[in-house]
Amino acid sequence: MSGGTPKTLCSSGQRSLQEICHPLSAEDSSVLTPSPDVGTAAATGSIGEKDLSLPNGTPVDTSSPASSSSLLNRLQLDDDLDGETRDLFVTVDDPRKHVSTMETYITYRVSTKTTRAEFDLPEYSVRRRYQDFDWLRIKLEESQPTHLIPPLPEKFVMKGVVDRFSEEFVETRRKALDKFLKRVADHPVLSFNEHFSVFLSAKDLNAYKKQGLALLTKMGESVKYVTGGYKLRGRPVEFAAMGEYLDVFTQKLGTIDRIAQRIIKEQSEYLVELKEYGPVYSSWASFEAELQEPLEGVAGCVANCCSALEELTEEMCEDFLPVLREYVLYIESMKNVLKKRDQVQAEYETKLEAVAFRKEERSGVSPQMPTDVEKCQDRMECFNADLKADWDRWQNNKRQDFRQLLTGMADKNIQYYEKCLAAWESLIPLLQDKQENGKPETN
Amino acid sequence: MTTAEQGTTLLKTMEINVAEAEKRTGKNAVNMLETYTVYLIETRPVDTVSEGISPTPDSLWRRYSEFEILRNYLLVTYPFVVVPPLPEKRAEFVWHKLSADNMDPDFVERRRVGLENFLLRVASHTALSNDKIFFTFLTEENGWKEIVFETGFQAKADSRLKALNATFRVKNPDKRFAEMKHYGDELQSVISQLLRVRARVADRLYGVYKVHGNYGRVFSEWSAIEKEMGDGLQSAGHHMDAYAASVDDILEEEEHYADQLKEYLFYMDSLKAVCRKHELTQFELEMAAQDLSSKKQQREELATGTVRTFSLKGMTSKLFGQETPEQREAKMKVLEEQIQEGEEEVKEKNSECDEFVNNAWCDIERFKDQKDHDLKEALISYAIMQISMCKKGIQVWSNAKECFNKM
Repeated sequence: MSGGTPKTLCSSGQRSLQEICHPLSAEDSSVLTPSPDVGTAAATGSIGEKDLSLPNGTPVDTSSPASSSSLLNRLQLDDDLDGETRDLFVTVDDPRKHVSTMETYITYRVSTKTTRAEFDLPEYSVRRRYQDFDWLRIKLEESQPTHLIPPLPEKFVMKGVVDRFSEEFVETRRKALDKFLKRVADHPVLSFNEHFSVFLSAKDLNAYKKQGLALLTKMGESVKYVTGGYKLRGRPVEFAAMGEYLDVFTQKLGTIDRIAQRIIKEQSEYLVELKEYGPVYSSWASFEAELQEPLEGVAGCVANCCSALEELTEEMCEDFLPVLREYVLYIESMKNVLKKRDQVQAEYETKLEAVAFRKEERSGVSPQMPTDVEKCQDRMECFNADLKADWDRWQNNKRQDFRQLLTGMADKNIQYYEKCLAAWESLIPLLQDKQENGKPETN
Repeated sequence: MTTAEQGTTLLKTMEINVAEAEKRTGKNAVNMLETYTVYLIETRPVDTVSEGISPTPDSLWRRYSEFEILRNYLLVTYPFVVVPPLPEKRAEFVWHKLSADNMDPDFVERRRVGLENFLLRVASHTALSNDKIFFTFLTEENGWKEIVFETGFQAKADSRLKALNATFRVKNPDKRFAEMKHYGDELQSVISQLLRVRARVADRLYGVYKVHGNYGRVFSEWSAIEKEMGDGLQSAGHHMDAYAASVDDILEEEEHYADQLKEYLFYMDSLKAVCRKHELTQFELEMAAQDLSSKKQQREELATGTVRTFSLKGMTSKLFGQETPEQREAKMKVLEEQIQEGEEEVKEKNSECDEFVNNAWCDIERFKDQKDHDLKEALISYAIMQISMCKKGIQVWSNAKECFNKM
C-alpha cells in the first residue's frame, strides 16, 4: 500500500458520519474515540503529505467516505494479484490433542507474519481451538455487520457418527480454518478489525474475551440493528438479483452435494464386488499350472484397482464434500447480511415517510431533515456500498474456489485411472511373454 | 469340394463362417406357428481365396436345433474326443442391462459368433473334421437331417446318456482320468463363480458411470446463472454426459470375455464325459474279467468236486444227490465254451480300453494345450479392455479438467 498504513480502519457502517475517521488519516489514535472534523480533514491537512494515488497513477477520490472502503477494496484487489505487496500472512497448522480432566480437545497453531504497524511484533505463533475461531467469527459479524464474513466449518458433529479426533477429520477442519483466516486476512476491512489482531497475537485470548464484553457495555451503543417491524418498499435491482442468484446457487450446490454422495455410494458398492472378484482368480490359480501366473497377475491387478478406488472415494469425502458444504453455510450467512440490508433500507424508508407525512401536517416548513433520518440514510448507503464491494470480491473468490474444487475432483479421477492403467499395463508383458514361450496352437 | 485328406483338417482347405442371422416363422412338429432364428453358413475353398479370386461362397441356412443334432452325433461317434460346446441356449449370468431374451439382437449376434466358433473348432480337429456327416452339414441344406438319423446315432445317444448318469465303482481307473475329471469339476465351479461375480461388478460399474450423467444436467443449469464461469461449466457438463454414455460400449465389449470363459465352462462337460467314458470301458473290462474268473472258478470246482462257492446247483445236488458223470461232463463243456468266449471278450475289452485310453489321453493333452493358450489369450484381451477403459477415463476427465480451468 502506498504511504503509511493507518493505525486502525473503522468500518463505515458502525457510527454516524461525523464520527468516522478518514481511512487514510494518520492521526487516528484509537478505534473508540472519534476524531474531530473528519469531513474537512479529508480534503486538507493530515493527508497532505501522503501520496494517495493508486499505483497506476489515478488520483484518489477521498471526498466521499462511502467510497473509502471501496477504494481500499480496489487497492487490496491489486495486492491480491501481486502477492509481494501483501503485508499480512496467516497459516493454521500443527493440530495437537489436549487431554484434561474436564475435556479433550484439539488446538491448532496460528502463525502470523506481518509488517503492519498496529502489530508490536513481526511474527506471532499462538495456539487456538475451534471455540476461539467461533468467537472471532461472531465478533466479526457483530462489529462488521455490513460485510460478508467467511464461514467456518460446521460446529456440531454428531458424536458417535464422526470421530472428532480422527486424522482425516482434524485435517479437514484444519484446512477449513486455514482458509477462513486467510480470507479474513485478505479482506481490506476485516483484516484490520481489532478482534482479528488480538486473535492472531494475544497469548491469553480468554482474558481478552472477558475484557471485550466489559468494553462493549462501556460503549453503550448497541451495534446490532433493530430488526423487524419495518416493511421494505422496493429492493434495488442489484440486491434483488443477488438474492435470486444466491437462492438458485444454493439449490445447485445442494444438487451437486447429493450427486457426489450418490457417486460415493455407488463406488463403495462397486468396491465391495471388486473385493470379491479378485480372489476368485487367485483360487482358480491354485489348481492351474501354466495359467497360475497369469491368473495371479489378474488377481493382483484387481487388488490394485481396489486400493486406488478406496483412495478416490476417501478423497472425495474428505476434500470435496466438506468444501461444498462450507459454501452452503457461506451463502446462508450472506443471505442474512442481505436481510439486514433490507431492514436498514426499510427503517430508513419508514422514517422518511413519517417525516414527509409530518411535514404535510404542519403549516410551516421544517428547517432540516431530522438527524436520525439522516443517520438511517447514511447507514443504508454505507451498507449498500460495502455489500457491493464485498459481492464482487465474493464472486471472484467463489470462481477461484470452484475452479480449484472441480479441477481437484477431475485430478483425483485422473489419478485413479492412471493407477489402474499402470497396474494393467504391467501385466501385459508378463502374459504375452508366457504366450510366446508356450506351445503354439495345434490341432 | 471334397472332404479333407486323412491327417489334415478341413479348415486347411475350406473357409467357413456363420455370416448372418435371420428370423423365420414356420410350423413346428405339432403344427403350431413358431418364430425361430436361422444362421447362414458360408463355405469357400481356401485356394481360391489365396489366389485372389473371390467366388461367391456356397451357403445354407441352419437353425440352432440342427447344430445340437450335429453335436450329439459327434459326441456319440467320437467318445474319445473332447467335443467343442455350443453357445448357451438361454442367456445366463446376466447383469441387469443385458437382455435374457433369445430374440434380443445382441444375444443373437453373440450366438452367431459362438456357432461360428463351434464350426471352426470342429473343422480344425483332425478326427472330427474328416467326418462325412459334418461335411454334409456344411454343404447340403436339405436332406441332412435324414442322413444323420440314418446313422442310428440317436439310440447310441440315449444309451450313452444312461451310462453317463449311472453309478458304478471302478477298481483300477487310470489315475490321470480321475484327476482330469476332478479338474473339470473345479474349473466349472470357479468359472461359474467368476461369471456371477463379474456380472455383479458390471452392474455396479454401470451405476457409477450413469450417476455422473447427473453432473451434466446440474452443470448446465448452474451455468445459466453464471457469467464468466458459464462456458467452462457447460462444456464440462457435456464431458460428464459422454463419460456416463461410455459405459455401454465398455460393458458390451466385456461380454466377449464372458463368452470366452463360458465356452470353457461348457467344455468341461465334454471333458468330464470323456473321463466318464474311460471309467465305463474300464468298468466293462473289469466286469468281463470278473465274469471270466468266476467261470474259471466254477470249472475248477466242477473238476475237483469241491464246492467252494455257494451255488443253488450245489445246494440242490447236496439235498437231492450228486449229478451223474454225464451231466457233469455236459456242464464242463458249456463252461469251457463260456470261458473261451469270456477270454475273447476280455481280450477285446482290454484292447478297447487301451485304445480308448491312448486316443482319449492324446486328445486331452491337445485340449489342455488349447485351453491354456485360449484362456491366456482371453486374459490378455481382458487386460487390454481394462487398459482401454482407463485411457478413456483419463481422456474424459482431462477434457473436463480443461473446461474447469477455463472457468
